[in-house]
Amino acid sequence: MSERTSNRIFDIVNVTFISLFVLFCLAPFLHTIAISLSSNRAITSGEVTIFPKEFSWDAYGQVFSDNSMLYSLGFTALLTIATTVLCLLFTIAAAYPLTKKKLKGRKLFMYIIIITMFFSGGIIPEYLLIRDLHLMNSVWALILPGLVSPFNLIILISFFRGIPDSLEESAEIDGSSHVHTLFKIILPLSMPVLATLGLFYAVGRWNGFQDSLMYITDPKLYPLQLKLFQMVQNNMITDLTLLEGASRTRLTPESLKAAAVVFATVPILLVYPWLQKYFVSGAMQGAIKG
Amino acid sequence: MNLTYLKRYWQLYALISLPIIYFLIFRYGPMYGVQIAFKDFNLFQGINGSEWIGFDAFREVFAMPDFYTTLRNTFMLNFLDLIVSFPAPIILAIMLYEVRFKWFKKISQTILYIPHFISWVIIGGIVYQLFGNQSGMVNNLLQSMGFDSIPFLTEKNSWLVTYLFTGVWQSAGWGTILYLAALTGVNKELFEAAEIDGATRLKRIWHITIPSIKPTIITLLILNLGNMVSIGFDRPYVIGNTAVREYSDVLSTFVYRIGLQSGQYTLATVVGLFQAVVGLVFVLGSNYLSKKTTGEGIL
Repeated sequence: MSERTSNRIFDIVNVTFISLFVLFCLAPFLHTIAISLSSNRAITSGEVTIFPKEFSWDAYGQVFSDNSMLYSLGFTALLTIATTVLCLLFTIAAAYPLTKKKLKGRKLFMYIIIITMFFSGGIIPEYLLIRDLHLMNSVWALILPGLVSPFNLIILISFFRGIPDSLEESAEIDGSSHVHTLFKIILPLSMPVLATLGLFYAVGRWNGFQDSLMYITDPKLYPLQLKLFQMVQNNMITDLTLLEGASRTRLTPESLKAAAVVFATVPILLVYPWLQKYFVSGAMQGAIKG
Repeated sequence: MNLTYLKRYWQLYALISLPIIYFLIFRYGPMYGVQIAFKDFNLFQGINGSEWIGFDAFREVFAMPDFYTTLRNTFMLNFLDLIVSFPAPIILAIMLYEVRFKWFKKISQTILYIPHFISWVIIGGIVYQLFGNQSGMVNNLLQSMGFDSIPFLTEKNSWLVTYLFTGVWQSAGWGTILYLAALTGVNKELFEAAEIDGATRLKRIWHITIPSIKPTIITLLILNLGNMVSIGFDRPYVIGNTAVREYSDVLSTFVYRIGLQSGQYTLATVVGLFQAVVGLVFVLGSNYLSKKTTGEGIL
């Protein structure tokens, strides 16, 4: 066998295996989409695999006519934006001073932050704290506890350190204050890393679930994940207590659940392709510094 | 600290005071609350008002059979995850590195990374539709091929397979990033030289690719070993169910169950504290191990 043919065979086998794995990643999504678009009869008789059978938009009709679903989507979107902005501001506010070697107390601040990476009080004391602060059933319970991730902070500090000192020094000679330098010189140079960290915070908030399970009982403040969880878990969804105004139609709960899952997944899939490069670069920075 | 210093640096102190206050309240506040592990805590008397009971609650926890079950499950699920989910991204990364069609590589990577960004709640919803006993697609396919259906969600050993399988699905693609990053640093001339010397591609993989990612493999392996006691809440909670609780109940879900669902705050805090302390020992131990083997700490 010549080298060329053996190379060919290697390529074919390799590409085939990767394709199979890609399909393995996609199949569950395709199945869920197929279920969400299929008829009651086809789903219960097990005819649906990765293509819809007896196509119908009814499940989506129900999801979209349900105000509480749309409300939760809007609420989660706003919550995610607010969380991301606040997290970034706090992370910047911590990172910039910590790059200043001459700042007295810098080591102490650093220790205060680093220690929390290795030890935490745990879920119950955290819950009691939120309770004592009267933050139960408040959006702040979903925003404040995760305001600064030490991991993200370290990424940002090392990025700031990579910015040449000469830039800052010349600004300081011109009489620019620290905050002015931060906003006029440092931050404009840091947009890629801020995008990456912002994405990490945003995805964390969008996908976050345990905190809302613990702190939120008011349906008006249900993030999408909690709402979805209750819906998916509720096996006898025919009473449709969670879907206000939905009538008992011929729809199976399965197609409705599938439609809700798709509904909650699509926002991530829509932004993902544009943001992929930031995710990847962030993961690498984290790996190098972390 | 004189006046000129303060004049020069007050803005930086103003900036850092915000996050420091955050850390003191929301990270150190719970650490202060950990004392209820040693107190007979009740909500009305609060943290400071409750009575000290020493290690009584520890004795009680260490006498609970469920504690040992969840501890065992935590180790078991983490360990099996390590065996199943750790090699997958390595193999996948090596294969992706060998792909010569740029567009194919790019599209594959884009798709392979997606599961990492899907929440466990959504994954749970998908898993229950795929593996359900009655109408799940996998069981339908098995039956149509003449096999018996498998209780993927309701029988503990089959559930274990579901749990691990879901982990591979979620993490394998994203896990390739670090290995591919390590491989971008490899000198291409090495491969060319090997080709001239007549090494086959498998040989090149064995002698160049794998040694190049070996440090990354070792570091990640040690890092994983350090995290053996820590387990997220979402995955076992969402994928698990009461029928398989014997395997799916882990420390994180146990703490939630006895603490927040049954209101046994002291006992749950004890379990959490135990987990934090043992976790710390593991992390420090793995860091020591990393220093010994790779000459570099992870911390």
